[in-house]
Amino acid sequence: MNKDIAGTTVDVNEEGYLTNMSQWNEAIAAAIAAEEGVGPLTDAHMKVISYLRQQQAAGASLTIRSMGKSGVVTTKELYDLFPGGPLKKSSKIAGIPKPVGCV
Amino acid sequence: MKKHLLILGGGTAGTMMANHLRKRLKPAEWTMTVVDRSDKHLYQPGFLFLPFGIYKEKDIIRETRSLLPSGVEFVQKEVDRIAPENHAVTLKDGSELKYDLLIVATGCRTAPEETEGMLGAKWRDNIHDFYTLDGARALHDKLASWQGGRLVIHINEMPIKCPVAPLEFSFLADTFFREKNMRDKVTITYVTPLSGAFTKPKSSKKLGHLLGEKGIEIVTDFIAEKIDQDRNALICFDGREVPYDLLVTIPTNMGDNAIQRSGLGDDLNFMATNKHNLQSLKNPDVFVIGDATNVPASKAGSVAHFESETLADNIMLHIAGKPLKEEFDGHSNCFIESGNGKALLIDFNYEYEPHEGPFPFSFGPMKLLEESRINHWGKHAFRWVYWNVLLKAWPLPGISRNKKAPPINS
Repeated sequence: MNKDIAGTTVDVNEEGYLTNMSQWNEAIAAAIAAEEGVGPLTDAHMKVISYLRQQQAAGASLTIRSMGKSGVVTTKELYDLFPGGPLKKSSKIAGIPKPVGCV
Repeated sequence: MKKHLLILGGGTAGTMMANHLRKRLKPAEWTMTVVDRSDKHLYQPGFLFLPFGIYKEKDIIRETRSLLPSGVEFVQKEVDRIAPENHAVTLKDGSELKYDLLIVATGCRTAPEETEGMLGAKWRDNIHDFYTLDGARALHDKLASWQGGRLVIHINEMPIKCPVAPLEFSFLADTFFREKNMRDKVTITYVTPLSGAFTKPKSSKKLGHLLGEKGIEIVTDFIAEKIDQDRNALICFDGREVPYDLLVTIPTNMGDNAIQRSGLGDDLNFMATNKHNLQSLKNPDVFVIGDATNVPASKAGSVAHFESETLADNIMLHIAGKPLKEEFDGHSNCFIESGNGKALLIDFNYEYEPHEGPFPFSFGPMKLLEESRINHWGKHAFRWVYWNVLLKAWPLPGISRNKKAPPINS
């Protein structure tokens, strides 16, 4: 389905995750963050978001465990930055699919 | 000289592969070996019922050898490491087994040591698990004498083997305490790292509703930083605390340590596996099945069952030098025991949620995603099916390895 976010029409799934990560930009990230009660987005948020996008592009599977060991952010910081659902919310804001670690 | 097919692991997946392939590989051309550290095969779905005294241990344990076909050698030893570059596996006693083809079916195990404060003085005192035989046994004894209080069921980290078992445990606990006339003395809380009761939205909604009906509170998005044994509380990374009198936890699940020693695993020791054909992504003569893989399907016997059909075909194609079938779709189905003698049945894959309706075929007698007594009896009859049909690699009528896409209007 389509959704207008920050003046751009993007493809999203029923939970609001972008289905095409190339449609993402920082304005979209800021808008999704606001919807999710996260932010305003700081450099610390953006560092996590760009790491997530890199990993996704490389085909890596993302988990809270692997994030915590990445050296980019600790699990505790991830919770502070994206309260209430660290990986779920950061992935949504990063414009990548919801991580499948939870199967 | 004969070729050698080596299977690591004599659990659900390894046993099914031995039975599939001994029927198909000519004894004059291929020898087959299964290696496992244990000579006992445990019916793991039965662990759920042991704590409540519904099953006895004798119901769920068989000799591994008795489940393997003749013409397959069983070696009861522990694997040290896999060396794909030499087509060899070394065992803990220093011996070596060469292979032409290797199937890794080493499963997964609970790793309570991964969480600070989980092991320690109160492990198996007021902190219990039921994913191991001795854990289920200890919990049975604890429940028999427990006087009530705050029961907390906790999933530490995904993925876990049989992701519905903790929910079933919660439902059965509700029934168990009702039947003991002490439900009013027990609060039940379900603590999960997920955002709802289950991983798939449609099932999650249905199961979340059932938790509510049974007066079970759910705490979501909770990743335990540690367990505080002095204060009997689970502590989340975001500072939330859940106090308990009896904690039933599902520790982090990890692949076998031999995978880690071999340098073949991810950070949870699961092996990189092609999710559609089950070949190792690193070594073409190595195949991986069941809980040992990193494929994004449930870690469950039903998945191993569907995988085994694809893998048996692919082993034969690989030997013949032909392209592999890219067909495994993550198909999983399971009964969900919901208490009071009822159960639900769900069926899903990588892409699709369970659709509702009769099962198997399209007429029944069981109903998907709906509580019923017949589903409950299906679940209990399944133990017979497991020992006598599934492990022996006979086909299950009307249940296909591939899940069909649901109708557009569902």
